[in-house]
Amino acid sequence: MHDFIFGIYPYIALAVLLIGSVARYERDPFTWKSSSSQLLRRRQLILGSILFHAGVLTIFVGHFFGLLTPLWLLEALHIPHEAKQIIAMAVGGIAGVMALAGGLILLHRRTADPRIRATSNPMDTAILAILDLQLMLGLSTIFVSARHIDGSEMVKFMEWAQGIFTLDPNAASYTAGASAIFQAHVFLGLTIFVLFPFSRLVHIVSGFAAPLRYMLTRTGWQIVRTRRRAALPTHAGPARRPHAAPVPAARPITKPAE
Amino acid sequence: MRVRAQIGMVLNLDKCIGCHTCSVTCKNVWTSRDGVEYAWFNNVETKPGLGYPTDWENQKRWNGGWVRTRSGKLQPKQGAKWRILANIFANPSLPEIDDYYEPFDFDHDHLKSAPEMEAFPTARPYSKITGERIEKIQKGPNWEEILGGEFEKRSQDYNFEGVQKEIYGQYENTFMMYLPRLCEHCLNPACAASCPSGAIYKREEDGIVLIDQDKCRGWRMCVSGCPYKKVYYNWSTGKSEKCTLCYPRIESGNPTVCSETCVGRIRYLGVMLYDADKIEAAANVPDEKRLYDAQLDVFLDPNDPVVIETARADGIPEDWIKAAQNSPVWKMAMDWKVAFPLHPEYRTLPMVWYIPPLSPIQNAAEAGKLGAGTMPNVRDLRIPVRYLANMLTAGDEAPVVSALERMMAMRAYMRAKTVDGVIDEGIAARVGLSGRTIEDMFRIMSIADYEDRFVIPTTHREEVENAYDIRTGEGFTDCNSCSTGTSKGSLFGKPKRPLNMAEAMK
Repeated sequence: MHDFIFGIYPYIALAVLLIGSVARYERDPFTWKSSSSQLLRRRQLILGSILFHAGVLTIFVGHFFGLLTPLWLLEALHIPHEAKQIIAMAVGGIAGVMALAGGLILLHRRTADPRIRATSNPMDTAILAILDLQLMLGLSTIFVSARHIDGSEMVKFMEWAQGIFTLDPNAASYTAGASAIFQAHVFLGLTIFVLFPFSRLVHIVSGFAAPLRYMLTRTGWQIVRTRRRAALPTHAGPARRPHAAPVPAARPITKPAE
Repeated sequence: MRVRAQIGMVLNLDKCIGCHTCSVTCKNVWTSRDGVEYAWFNNVETKPGLGYPTDWENQKRWNGGWVRTRSGKLQPKQGAKWRILANIFANPSLPEIDDYYEPFDFDHDHLKSAPEMEAFPTARPYSKITGERIEKIQKGPNWEEILGGEFEKRSQDYNFEGVQKEIYGQYENTFMMYLPRLCEHCLNPACAASCPSGAIYKREEDGIVLIDQDKCRGWRMCVSGCPYKKVYYNWSTGKSEKCTLCYPRIESGNPTVCSETCVGRIRYLGVMLYDADKIEAAANVPDEKRLYDAQLDVFLDPNDPVVIETARADGIPEDWIKAAQNSPVWKMAMDWKVAFPLHPEYRTLPMVWYIPPLSPIQNAAEAGKLGAGTMPNVRDLRIPVRYLANMLTAGDEAPVVSALERMMAMRAYMRAKTVDGVIDEGIAARVGLSGRTIEDMFRIMSIADYEDRFVIPTTHREEVENAYDIRTGEGFTDCNSCSTGTSKGSLFGKPKRPLNMAEAMK
């Protein structure tokens, strides 16, 4: 069972995440959205959403680099595991509390507010509850880590995560003796990957993509779409003939002067 | 010079009777779906009033439109791109649905299903969002109809800026006008600029501003970015929607539904040629009062041979150039200068223009100043000129005065002609027109025949597209580019509520 969850399930989860998302983007782009409910109720959303998103984004970046930075790179940079562990606990702890506070506000809003409750999909509520549960699990791992301040528990999961991405067949064995809370946290995390393409979580992709496009590749503000097959040559381009006033053609005199 | 064509609209407020036929027909065609019950792509407001959504003109509150920064740059009032992105989690300038109104219906079924009882059964209102009973309806799409509500509230109307408004609360001095509003299909749309996903675009061939429903991610920045509050967030589909200028009709040469059904025949549609290279400078004029003139300067004279030649080179079809030459919009906005943009100070260069309404000359008539043959002073009109100027020219009264004088001259001239049988060129000359021009104005503005109101060339899709490729295109169907008209959920979710379709449609 352990081997399945840590050896095979990660690949299933990643495959569903990737293939599912691509399929949804390709086949059903109309459903790809953030599903904001701010219009229906502003109260609780401003505070809840900002706390939640700021916290979760910090945690996301922390997990991404914390788990996937190669161990040899840490050694090369002379970053002791102990220091990394303490930074992870402090930053993750603060961000986690922020995210959980925001998440609970949002969950309360979603289940207690009549407008939001009436317009929620079961998946909207479920994914929020799962994320809150995951945040609680994640925060409780801090107490486990506190007992392994040398970072040994953390290193197990780093080796495991990097093993998954390097197709190490022994990846599952690295987490064998790890704390149950950590194991539950990882399992639920992978499950969130599985749910990703089928929930509103897909807006995370847009949340990262939109700023890049908006800030970097969109020069100016406006977007004009043309139906022409080939764009008109621009004025700067050499292809365009200069716009001079049309010279009135010399009219042949048909009538002889009298 | 880069010539582009745009379908513009003019609304002659002098003839609007406030019947709401435009709103109702538009509603039936475009927003009779779940999620946009509250949305009116076209609505008619009674002015003075706070309008719909409440207080929409107050950009200190909603941050719509553009501003010229201190360094002279043009940027959305919401902020630079990074500011807009920073508000992606919670948009501080987004109106709540209660700022429009909570959509409701009446429990009509109760009228026939109620058991026998002493009291006559009533159809009580319920919310279209929650389905719960609403004890008291707080607001509707036209809450201030014919000066409904107390003056205290309505007088917060933004257009009272600089007007001694207290006396207009008195019964004897009160005034009103109707203001039908729809998407302005701006030359410099703030909604498109605010969209982080790049889903909102302006069509090159006719200037219609549309939202790509497949690309919209529901970041809601367009809703707050539009100063006219004419982008609506569909809470069911999670996408933003707006007036499409009935593009399927326009493409086939038909007027929009609101224009077609206008009972007062106040709406005009026509082609305007403009210089796309001048837009940025025109929207960024430092003095707000100069914005109206700057926009006039963007338009190109369709009878100018240089413009015609350039338009051809820029791919404008021949019949579009011809339509621009016959455009009623050009005549009213440029030739006669009787039509004005709505709130040019928003710097969006709007393309739905308004002819200001004349109003009774109460005070002057009471003072016995109205003799035969004299032209009343427009400043004696019931509606203060400053009020109209705040609405149409960023507070510059001179153009509005000139337009009102020309409209009064038109009446005086035609009255002299038809009642007294006298052609009085003097009346025309006093407002800088000729008798012939006035008769032309009369034909277009007063008689307003169908073919004079709507000069719409068809879109030349055949030149650029294969019709077979676009065979399943549709409007808002709450489904993913399907052509069946049904909206069953898929593996990836379904609308918050299934779309109710008549059985025959399935």
